[in-house]
Amino acid sequence: MKMRTMMTVVSTVALAIAAGTAHAGATFDAVKKKGFVQCGVNSGLPGFSAPDDKGVWKGIDVDVCRAVAAAVFGDASKVKFTPLTAKERFTALQSGEIDILSRNTTWTVTRDGGLGISFTGVTYYDGQGFLIKKKLKVKSALKLSGATVCVQSGTTTELNLADYFGLHKMKFKPVVYDTADETVKSFEAGRCDVLTSDQSQLYALRIKLAQPDSAVVLPEIISKEPLGPSVRQGDAEWFNIVRWSLFAMLDAEELGVNSKNADEMKTSKNPEVKRLLGVDVIKHGLGVNDDWAYQIVKQVGNYAEVFDRNVGAGSPLKIARGLNALWNKGGIQYAPPIR
Amino acid sequence: MTQMTDPTGAPPRPPFWNDPKIRAIVFQVVVTLGVIAVGVYLVRNLMHNLEVRGISTGFGFLENRAGFAINQSLIAYDQTSSYGRTFFVGLLNTLLVSGLGIVLATILGFIIGIARLSRNWLISKLAAAYIEIFRNIPLLLQILFWYFAVFLNLPPPSEALSLGDAVFLTQRGLYLPQPMAQSGFGWTVFAFLAAAVASYFLVRWSRRRQDRTGQLFPAFMVSLALLILVPLGAFMVTGRPLAWTVPALEGFNFTGGLSVIPELGALLAALSIYTAAFIAETVRAGILAVSHGQTEAASALGLRRSWTLRLVILPQAMRVTIPPLTSQYLNLTKNSSLATAIGYPDLVSLFAGTTLNQTGQAVEVMAMTMAVYLAISLVISFFMNWYNARMALVER
Ligand SMILES: N[C@@H](CCC(=O)N[C@@H](CS)C(=O)NCC(=O)O)C(=O)O
Repeated sequence: MKMRTMMTVVSTVALAIAAGTAHAGATFDAVKKKGFVQCGVNSGLPGFSAPDDKGVWKGIDVDVCRAVAAAVFGDASKVKFTPLTAKERFTALQSGEIDILSRNTTWTVTRDGGLGISFTGVTYYDGQGFLIKKKLKVKSALKLSGATVCVQSGTTTELNLADYFGLHKMKFKPVVYDTADETVKSFEAGRCDVLTSDQSQLYALRIKLAQPDSAVVLPEIISKEPLGPSVRQGDAEWFNIVRWSLFAMLDAEELGVNSKNADEMKTSKNPEVKRLLGVDVIKHGLGVNDDWAYQIVKQVGNYAEVFDRNVGAGSPLKIARGLNALWNKGGIQYAPPIR
Repeated sequence: MTQMTDPTGAPPRPPFWNDPKIRAIVFQVVVTLGVIAVGVYLVRNLMHNLEVRGISTGFGFLENRAGFAINQSLIAYDQTSSYGRTFFVGLLNTLLVSGLGIVLATILGFIIGIARLSRNWLISKLAAAYIEIFRNIPLLLQILFWYFAVFLNLPPPSEALSLGDAVFLTQRGLYLPQPMAQSGFGWTVFAFLAAAVASYFLVRWSRRRQDRTGQLFPAFMVSLALLILVPLGAFMVTGRPLAWTVPALEGFNFTGGLSVIPELGALLAALSIYTAAFIAETVRAGILAVSHGQTEAASALGLRRSWTLRLVILPQAMRVTIPPLTSQYLNLTKNSSLATAIGYPDLVSLFAGTTLNQTGQAVEVMAMTMAVYLAISLVISFFMNWYNARMALVER
């Protein structure tokens, strides 16, 4: 049996047998007991999550999980990763195989409402785009009528694609694969004219091509894809920790605290910085140590650092901050205050 | 035991709690009730847990709009169709590839199985090599090979291989002219049906006559001629009422005409070539199981070699071949779910994959999918059992 089918069956059986109810705090308690966070990530999407040549997981989605581990255990390395395809991801979270799903996953109402999961925030504001062979000389997505489009199954991408072409009365032929590797391989082989996915991922997939220069990203963005981590419903404590781990990174950037200056900043006069770093103890009620945010910033970095080294200027992807700049720097990334 | 038996009648009936028959019934009832109770418990628990976890349940989602496109559908489908319809699209695609695969694998398997026993050294060794190679390479690899190394390496649409500017072969598929019936085509259909009925009676008559008099009549050839010539005649007489839409390159792709996607081609090639290797072995085993005396008797009667095979050996070999053949058919059908590796929209990839993922209703979707495979398997088994019973040796 295929792995995915297997997982679905196993989780169904598990749900059928499990007589207990998911009481509040179940996930958080279990995580503390086993001593690490189990995090579902993409199996190989440069910049978001991919193992490097030494087998160490790297990426913005990966770092979100490391931040949670830093907050809970004071040790960002206490996290294990489960690579998942788009089709497998929700089942893995629902069945309890993973504690957090951080796999370039779009926050939508049906996922929040129908799948028994909750998104905790937005790691990356994205939108869907198209990657096309340069030699076709197409400059706009509105000129794509009649094209064959490669797309990955079980994604919002697949749905937006049909919506967009339908709305503009254009025809297309979809070719649908389970993994990004197959999608890229067949785009390269010429099975399709266009490859569509979230735009950030197009840049990531483009560097996987044998000749990245043979393809260009079209200017149109056809959807809103807020990508973020999600957790199972029914554990408000766990939800809060995952949500605030991301907020802490954003607040740290806003306050100018980063992994290099975190120790010096402990002596800062700014009360907001003092609260962030746990110098001034507040009643946060998250159920973690008072220096939780300090540990995140010290070990993983603030949002700017995480962005830069994974997808931004310090990475091969070189994606501009754009929407993902802080709210006071022209973007829309905004975190509630720590107080 | 010292129980006394009454030589004139039946042994005295034991008390009912010791009666093995009653005991057996009681045990079966208890076990059945137990299984049902466990089942009810599991289902109730499942429903409860899904609800607690905020996961939607029920089959209502089948009526919701699916919203994604599919690259091969035998029934009308577009993104405004419902999830329920994706089920049927997937089911038909599975049936299509399995049905075609079974036919091709059987033909290929019989040819190779017989070739394996050929007296010609080269033919027999080639058949042996075929069997050893294709049986021992994992099917998934073969599928990926056919898809990525063969089909996707065909030329792009702009350099399509063409046959008379009507048939085009590209890495995006095979494009064929599509016949469109004009008014008056009904006569051709009618002529074909009439020819079919006529050949049915012809074959029956020739069998009877042969049974009675031993005289042969070339019924096969004559019916074939009937089936071809009569409709063709009607077609010509009514003024060839058939228009063809010929595919043509337009923008990115060929449009118009019929198209066969390469995913279907690759999956079909891999499934039938792989399964044919197993079928060849069962055919060979079946033929070898027929005693050599049968061949000798046939030649003593003066039957030609080809007749011996067709009339004496194969019918008897079939009896040994059918049961393992059935399991090969079942295997092929189940293996067709490897489609998901190359994006062929079969039931597993489409319904148990995409639809499951978009709706999140794993329990309902998996239950429906499993029920389908069970049903297909049962239908194939029933059919083959029926066929087997027909072929079985009727003792007189
Ligand atoms: N954000 C979209 C799409 C996410 C997605 O799976 N994207 C694909 C297309 S690039 C991907 O990450 N594939 C990588 C892989 O499966 O290895 C969603 O949540 O549905």
